[in-house]
Amino acid sequence: MAMTMQVNIVSAEQEIYSGTVTQVFAPAEMGEVGVMPRHAPMLSTLKAGVVRVISQEGEEQTFFVSGGILEIQPHVVTILSDTALRAADIDESAALEAKARAEAAMKDKASDMDYAKAKSELIEAVAQIEALKKLRKKK
Amino acid sequence: MAGAKEIRTKIKSVQNTQKITKAMEMVAASKMRKAQERMRASRPYAEKMRTVLSHLAQAHCEYKHPYLQRRDEVKRVGYIVISTDRGLCGGLNTNMFKAAVNQMADWQAKDIGIDLCTIGKKSSAFFARFSGNIVAQTANLGDQPSQEELIGTVKVMLDAYDEGKIDRLYLVSNEFENTMTQTPAIQQLIPVSGEIDTELDHHWDYMYEPDTKPIIDALMMRFIESQVYKGVVENIACEMSARMIAMKSATDNAGDIIKELQTIYNKARQASITQEISEIVAGAAAVS
Repeated sequence: MAMTMQVNIVSAEQEIYSGTVTQVFAPAEMGEVGVMPRHAPMLSTLKAGVVRVISQEGEEQTFFVSGGILEIQPHVVTILSDTALRAADIDESAALEAKARAEAAMKDKASDMDYAKAKSELIEAVAQIEALKKLRKKK
Repeated sequence: MAGAKEIRTKIKSVQNTQKITKAMEMVAASKMRKAQERMRASRPYAEKMRTVLSHLAQAHCEYKHPYLQRRDEVKRVGYIVISTDRGLCGGLNTNMFKAAVNQMADWQAKDIGIDLCTIGKKSSAFFARFSGNIVAQTANLGDQPSQEELIGTVKVMLDAYDEGKIDRLYLVSNEFENTMTQTPAIQQLIPVSGEIDTELDHHWDYMYEPDTKPIIDALMMRFIESQVYKGVVENIACEMSARMIAMKSATDNAGDIIKELQTIYNKARQASITQEISEIVAGAAAVS
């Protein structure tokens, strides 16, 4: 029987694949790598591409990953897949957006408005309760 | 029958409120199930990430990532606060803010500044009013947040750490214990503190492709992001169950009020009928 290893492909949002296989192909940063059991420990980043696994029965399955990290231990291969396309400049612009939103929120007086609105609603509710109490006493 | 009509209107209005809270309770209940599933689905990633990191900690690597090194002198700290976007979920946000503010007061007492990153509308509204320097913000993540939307916000804080603007980073969010209990939790993100099991003691190291530094950087960044993502997903599960409980008690309270009002109404009605009869009897007596 062929030697096997455990493969786990996970993304932050869900588990994609978990099983026992004889061979894995992954799009590593420096080119596609084929991994067989008893591979030396290796850590690599992944490019966007297709991960192929060949199960014990010789069936081939393919999964798309948009990048991530590949960890190889002699009998366990772990692929931490990204859910989003990652690149330094995309990350940067996302960070700038988040900053801009924060500045807008600091300036925004809408939150004070919300507070004032909530307060007036509270006063109204208190008045209603008072009225109810009076009604009850009247009976 | 002076007050009767008013009481009837009041009963009607409370009944309408009860209908709304009942509906919200049911919506929250069904969303809660989905949110819990999502929380479970995100677990394998966090587990695998931790496994890889603990392997990495055992590997004898010459590059030590800054997130793993403790800075002794703390000049400024960062907080990522995860809250809900919408209210009507009981004391969920308030309890968490209280816990966060308590800890922040300790820092302020030591004259240490605080930078904030808020996720969710409620926390940005709260900390904009409360003294706080918000450097990054995200809101309207919805019920199905994707990790993509968090990258930017988290990166602002990581950059601040890399540049030495902050020396610690904390994550404040609600922890989901079960449907009835959610507890606010403050977790230290950077420097990464955690148990490292040293089972494999022999000397080994990974092969790194293309190079040590970029991989470990990418790995650490994803680790922090996954922690934040986990917080967000968990917080949604908390929000839904807290809302369900809050709306359930609101519905029950409305029921109680209706019952009381009904009694008052009945009494008022009876009183007016009694009065009418006695008036008729008195009138008849006067005629005969």
